Amino acid sequence: MPRGTVVIDAERCKGCGLCIAACPQKVLAFSGNLNRSGYDVVHMENPDACVGCTFCAMTCPDIAIEVYREKVPS
Amino acid sequence: MGERLLLRGNEAIAEAAIRAGCQCYFAYPITPQAELLEHMAREMPRLGRTFIQAESETSAINMVYGAAGTGVRTMTSSSSPGISLKQEGISYLAGANLPAVIVNVVRGGPGLGNIAPSQCDYFQATKGGGHGDYKIIVLGPSTVPEAGELTMLAFDLADRYRIPVMILADGLLGQMMEPVELPDPIDPASLPKKEWATTGAEGREPNVVLSFEMDPEGLRQINLDLQAKYREIERNETRCEETDTEDADIVIAAYGTIARIAKSAVRMARAEGIKVGLFRPITLWPYPSDALRALADRVNTVLTVEMSAGQMWEDVRLAVAERAETPFYGEFGGIVPTPRGILNEVRKHAR
Amino acid sequence: MPANTAEMVKVFQRPESLTDARFTYCPGCHHGIITRIIGQTLDELGIAGRTVGIAPVGCSVFAYLWYRCDAQQVAHGRACAVATGIKRADPNLIVFSYQGDGDFASIGTAESIHAANRGENITVIFVNNQIYGMTGGEMAPTTLVDQKTTTTPTGRDPKLVGYPIRFSEMIATLEAPAYVTRQAVFDARHINDATKAVKKAFQYQVEGRGYSLVEILSTCPTNWRMTPTQSNEHVANVVTDVFPLGDLIDRG
Repeated sequence: MPRGTVVIDAERCKGCGLCIAACPQKVLAFSGNLNRSGYDVVHMENPDACVGCTFCAMTCPDIAIEVYREKVPS
Repeated sequence: MGERLLLRGNEAIAEAAIRAGCQCYFAYPITPQAELLEHMAREMPRLGRTFIQAESETSAINMVYGAAGTGVRTMTSSSSPGISLKQEGISYLAGANLPAVIVNVVRGGPGLGNIAPSQCDYFQATKGGGHGDYKIIVLGPSTVPEAGELTMLAFDLADRYRIPVMILADGLLGQMMEPVELPDPIDPASLPKKEWATTGAEGREPNVVLSFEMDPEGLRQINLDLQAKYREIERNETRCEETDTEDADIVIAAYGTIARIAKSAVRMARAEGIKVGLFRPITLWPYPSDALRALADRVNTVLTVEMSAGQMWEDVRLAVAERAETPFYGEFGGIVPTPRGILNEVRKHAR
Repeated sequence: MPANTAEMVKVFQRPESLTDARFTYCPGCHHGIITRIIGQTLDELGIAGRTVGIAPVGCSVFAYLWYRCDAQQVAHGRACAVATGIKRADPNLIVFSYQGDGDFASIGTAESIHAANRGENITVIFVNNQIYGMTGGEMAPTTLVDQKTTTTPTGRDPKLVGYPIRFSEMIATLEAPAYVTRQAVFDARHINDATKAVKKAFQYQVEGRGYSLVEILSTCPTNWRMTPTQSNEHVANVVTDVFPLGDLIDRG
């Protein structure tokens, strides 16, 4: 599986947790850090498990997540 | 000039709208303006323009909102109860600074009333009817040719000031037939483009049509801007006509078809030696208060005649105040005052 | 940027057709997902430059802030009539309305049905979360039986106020519509399906095929008194029994 990684915009995150539930690899979790709006921002707790499937970004209602995936040689 | 046609009032208004370049017409059937709808149904598709019989008057005014937002000339027509249904839409049009023409062929009210002529929608037209601090320009034609002229003027005023304009006709005017000479048609494509319209944002910043502002300071400014617009319209667009007022002791104040009947009463009274004249507002908003006030300084009596319980009468009293007597003669239910009936009233106040 | 020896390419980002504005929706509300799907569709079809969106009254009243295209904010329930006016005035514009339960299925009932019946060449997005969100959680025409809302505090009693209305099924009885479908966005698979459906609906408008309605089951964690994750499970397990997913009409 290619490796992936996500970048979460901390100020857009509303701590809704949908991305955590959506991730099939259990990569994400609440960080315990609050952003300026008072939301508990999500972070990559298990970054090595990320395969860049984009499920988290697809479900994020605030489009707070960008996803990167390893380019697989064709 | 264009051709001379024998038209009923409803048809004259419809044909004038077409010649003014009305691109989209949306309406719901209601008596006594059916002929307007039918004329548009026949002619608009023939010209490649839009005609829709909407599911209700409420839907129709909202179709007007959409079309107006894209910058085209657009119109709806109805009669009293249907105009009540449009009030929300009219408030939205006014709040969004959208141009549109709305025709009210007034019938007897309140409620379902009847289909005979009346002037009982003056308050609704000039004092709001919809919610919020807004005004619409209200034009009151008194002949079929004038109905055509004022309809064409309505589209120009609507575009110039980005404001809804109402033609306040009545069932009598809608049905009567007179020869009308209408000007050559304007091609809608030749009208100036509207920079603010929702025409597709390609190559520019998006345009948004709205009447919504959550920030009180912002909404206050929007209202101040609207009020400034209304003051400008009051300065520039007030219209009225005076007949035989130079030496008058008594002046009849009347608009629409009643003004026409009052002209006959003026002739009959003058034949009896009574010095009476006629003051006929053409714009009901902005109301020609300055002209009426100046007239009131020179006469003893301003007699308001209306097919209502006294609606324009309030604006007359506001303008005249203590300068002259302000009696009222009204009929309602669709009963139309006769020249003799008005003459009898005039005689009561003659000295 | 991620530190990694292999080359990482960006595979997911904000659609170009959306502005940078932060959504005003509650945490977990599906309005954001649906808005992103529409933005993605405008990108893929390259139509933002000639699109006019219609913002309703409701939680999505600010919809005009989210898209890089022209928009009109309109009276409650009237979006389908306004869409008709825009599309008839300029058929080259791509017109979409975006409405909630109250806007589309209550106060807008007449406008919603008749735009469909006339076969107006527009795209209607109907966001069904079985409640009135913005005004604080009142009953919607789509509220489930026994569901508690502020105007059905002891639960919706069908003997008093009838049953949830399946509006798409009603629209599907009309001859004119080209595409009527019900979708959901509670997991990645359904988000994919909904994305395909929304794209088809806009594609049909581009091709002049007529009226499309995409009803999308959504959540209201705030007024349902559930967490976002619980809300998604509620849609998946309960709501889809009352509002079945799938295409009702596809005449394309």
